[in-house]
Amino acid sequence: MGVLTELLKGLRATGSVLIETVTGKEMLTTRYPKEMREKPQRFHGRHVLNRYPDGMEKCIGCELCAGACPARCIYVRGKDNDPENPNSPGERFGFVYEINMLRCIFCGLCVEACPTEAITMTQLFEFSTTNRGDAIYTREELLMDTDGNVPHMFPDDPLADMKELLTADGWLKATAPAGNASYEGVQTWQGTPGPASWDPEPDQETRDS
Amino acid sequence: MPHPTNPPGFLTARIDKLASWARTRSMFPMTFGLACCAIEMMAMGTAHYDSARFGMEVFRASPRQADLMIVAGRVSQKMAPVLRQVYDQMPEPKWVVSMGACASTGGMFNNYALVQGVDQVVPVDIYVPGCPPGPTSLMHGILTLHDKIMSGEIAS
Repeated sequence: MGVLTELLKGLRATGSVLIETVTGKEMLTTRYPKEMREKPQRFHGRHVLNRYPDGMEKCIGCELCAGACPARCIYVRGKDNDPENPNSPGERFGFVYEINMLRCIFCGLCVEACPTEAITMTQLFEFSTTNRGDAIYTREELLMDTDGNVPHMFPDDPLADMKELLTADGWLKATAPAGNASYEGVQTWQGTPGPASWDPEPDQETRDS
Repeated sequence: MPHPTNPPGFLTARIDKLASWARTRSMFPMTFGLACCAIEMMAMGTAHYDSARFGMEVFRASPRQADLMIVAGRVSQKMAPVLRQVYDQMPEPKWVVSMGACASTGGMFNNYALVQGVDQVVPVDIYVPGCPPGPTSLMHGILTLHDKIMSGEIAS
């Protein structure tokens, strides 16, 4: 009889934990398709090609990202802008831009190499494919539209998480074209893809004093 | 051969669906961790992500008891025949998830030692990008595989 009461005592603890878990009071598990764990601010996910506020593409087709890529997964070809109807403010623009996401190791060296902050990273990391061809993202999939929305490769997928795609690594220098010279070298984070729209951090003299 | 005026019967159509559903809800993954991706694969089985929710918490040590092979990590040329043999030993129906950059395309190791994509050795159903893919990325791959199984036919 003593054994039975001890057994019931033990099972009571098991039962209370079971009830806490089932009712969601003490839930350790993140139920992934329904909810997502929050990712760090500087998470390296899928790339996005940004635009300036006036709708111009930031990419100038210089191929520095392709040169910096350790996995050689980026293919860029530049083309001269049409003077009447230019795609980017510079002389050239990224005419062909392809990233093989299956070869990419998401190191972010392309983001660091980019002189115009054209390529940044979002927090979307869940994009499995059923064939290798679907994983090659071209200009159409990478470039954001003029409203600042990033296209999703599979928008009809019930698992597609648009929120993740609109949260960016936002690794941007404060010396972006609209910036002030006294913020040279100061780096800050924006948190969304697209043109810079943040208050810069205090400049060098203010911070040092 | 179904006649145009005689569509697939209610019973057989439902059994088809039921079999697919049963397959998705009790996948037994094969323990095939080859590199760092295996750590994330193990993390998928832990309480924070809990692959037991999809009925696949038991990583089988024998290919005879498994029906899903998660190739987690880089496959060297010497490992390729072993991988193929393990795949051949798995009973039908079986699926392969190529996890991470190395298994899918060779990743940044484009050299003589590595197989440039495990699909040169075994038929791959799902490619999961990332280096390594996080547990949620792998789960996205598994759920995509569930979709693929549910939309397909039970007999090929």
